[in-house]
Amino acid sequence: MTGLSVQSPGASVLEIEGLSVDFPTAEGVVHAVRGVDLRLAPREVLGVVGESGSGKSVTALATMGLLPRNAKTQGSIRVKGTEVLGAKEKALMGLRGRTISMVFQDPMTSLNPVYSVGWQIAEALQAHQDIDKEEAMRRAVDLLTVVGIPNPKERAKDYPHAFSGGMRQRVVIAIAMANDPEIILADEPTTALDVTVQAQILEALKRALTETHSALVLITHDLGVIAGLADRVVVMYAGRAVETGPVDEIFYRPAMPYTVGLLGSLPRLDRDGTERLRPIPGSPPSLLGELRGCPFAPRCPMRVPEVCDVEEPALQPAGPQTGGVHLAACHFADKVAAGTTGPIFAATAVDLTDRVAAAEGELRTGP
Amino acid sequence: MTDAFVPQTGADEGARAELTELPEVAVTGLTAGSQPFPAEHARPGAELPVGDEHGMGGEVKGQFRIVAGRFFRQRLAVTGLVVFALLGVAAVVTGHVWHYTYSQITGQYAIGPTGQHPFGTDDIGHDLFAQVMRGVEKDIQVALMVALIAMAIGTTVGALAGFYRYLDNILMRFVDLVLSVPILAVLVVLGHLVSKQAGNWFWVAIIIGGLAWTYVARLVRADSLSLRERDFVEAARALGATNRRIILRHMLPNAIGPIIVNGTITVATSIILESTLSYLGLGIQPPEVSLGTLIAAGQDTATTQWWLFVFPAIFLVTLILSIFLVGDGLREALDPKKTRVRA
Repeated sequence: MTGLSVQSPGASVLEIEGLSVDFPTAEGVVHAVRGVDLRLAPREVLGVVGESGSGKSVTALATMGLLPRNAKTQGSIRVKGTEVLGAKEKALMGLRGRTISMVFQDPMTSLNPVYSVGWQIAEALQAHQDIDKEEAMRRAVDLLTVVGIPNPKERAKDYPHAFSGGMRQRVVIAIAMANDPEIILADEPTTALDVTVQAQILEALKRALTETHSALVLITHDLGVIAGLADRVVVMYAGRAVETGPVDEIFYRPAMPYTVGLLGSLPRLDRDGTERLRPIPGSPPSLLGELRGCPFAPRCPMRVPEVCDVEEPALQPAGPQTGGVHLAACHFADKVAAGTTGPIFAATAVDLTDRVAAAEGELRTGP
Repeated sequence: MTDAFVPQTGADEGARAELTELPEVAVTGLTAGSQPFPAEHARPGAELPVGDEHGMGGEVKGQFRIVAGRFFRQRLAVTGLVVFALLGVAAVVTGHVWHYTYSQITGQYAIGPTGQHPFGTDDIGHDLFAQVMRGVEKDIQVALMVALIAMAIGTTVGALAGFYRYLDNILMRFVDLVLSVPILAVLVVLGHLVSKQAGNWFWVAIIIGGLAWTYVARLVRADSLSLRERDFVEAARALGATNRRIILRHMLPNAIGPIIVNGTITVATSIILESTLSYLGLGIQPPEVSLGTLIAAGQDTATTQWWLFVFPAIFLVTLILSIFLVGDGLREALDPKKTRVRA
């Protein structure tokens, strides 16, 4: 769909080209993903950001070959050169867990309650490697050490219910890294956890990457998570990539109003403390049926109806000195990137101190 | 039910103390899982309040001891288990050591209970105690066989139907077909066919088992349908697990609770069915006896030679009741959503 693909240097471990995923429903066809192009270099950390329903998770599931049966896919997904879409289940089984593995969102449900965690890691190892149970259990303990489980030898014998959410997610990461995969997909790995343990989980993920030399696709709606870990960022909206580039480019020179909005709705500690949050009004469009024009236009303060409502912008190089690594899908990307527009979104909050001062003033001058 | 919150550390002893009649208050208190995590996780007897993310009966394998702890804290269930075990052992032992066999003609006809014949004798001179015990043994034998057959077929069919959606319609319509057949009518027809066979208790078991599996199949299918959508099944798939492995290693162990409970119920109901069949003269055939044949033989003289009717009937009721109590206790113990257990 889009002319330009998202480039990254070197050979790619994952290449997604023109991926679209449709789900037929009773109300009509839902276009969950509408043309996504992605490349992932070896050892690269790619952050994928977007709201619920932007197509992040569906893209991840498609990459694993785990889409529900009724999903209709187009395009191509190659994992280490192997085409995933339309591949035989048997070929996918060899790929899953070995070349590409996945960390699921909710550690409370993604571990089997009837087996010890050591058993579950050993199972992952034995699925792809010819080793005996004892060796597998020994390796399982090593893996638990890597992800930072204290007392790994004893804890390996425990069942998932004896672990806290954060500890379980570490176990899930240990399982994902068990076979030294080339790619780890982490679908919102911190979303279901307490804020206090999120940083530790990211730390465990980093250690997993160091150990396995694998690339990471980190799917999240939390820009803070992306900022600390990702090399490159893809912002998704309504089933498409709307902006992509190196993490610093995206954070400091966003070229798409949606990205600007995402950043504006995040409390920043590196800015002047009196700055107000600037949320994005409205909600994402329904992906049922065909969209016309820019999908973000209805929520975009910069919308020019004659342009934005007519044509959906393609991903194009944006910003001043990008050399093709920073792409954005906006008719006015250059203007946004240059920062000449001023604040795009309105601040909604009002300073309480101002209110109080005004009220006091009123009292004093009152009748 | 009385709730008393006593320190969790006593839980270990509590499980055992149940057998030695600990005061009820203390026993129930031990089961009240109010602490989110006991000091020692996953230790035997420690009551773990398990969240509903674990699904139905997800605590069996490995956490056997937790379930056992929860089971043994229910005095009715324990009573049922003890009674059932005593009946089973007594039946087998009696067959070997009692001074009459079940088919022996004793030479004393239609006498009431005496020291020599605790349950009396019938018109032919059979010792009724030996016969009742033999009947209990046969009934248990048939029932366990039925449960085995029903669980094996039912679990296989249910798991396949629940996992492979394209098999679902075919298999479950077949289950509906079997269920729609009036079970007693089939039993009567088939029972008549096999009533001439030697060692026909085996055939009786196969006939009942061939009809009873449908309930297990429905249950396992329903469980599989929800289990296959669970995250850990998808996670297993994402690790490259085969369908076979997902069904056998990931789904069935999580469904084992309902399967076991249903198996227990099947044991009890098949004893009832077998007795019905034998009562109609189509089940177990003389000289072999079952509680059903004994009740049938004794009912004509229920007012005159009361012992011929009363003793087999008491044993039948006791046997079935004890199994139901065990089943009920297992259901409580295996239900992960239950953090408190009735005592």
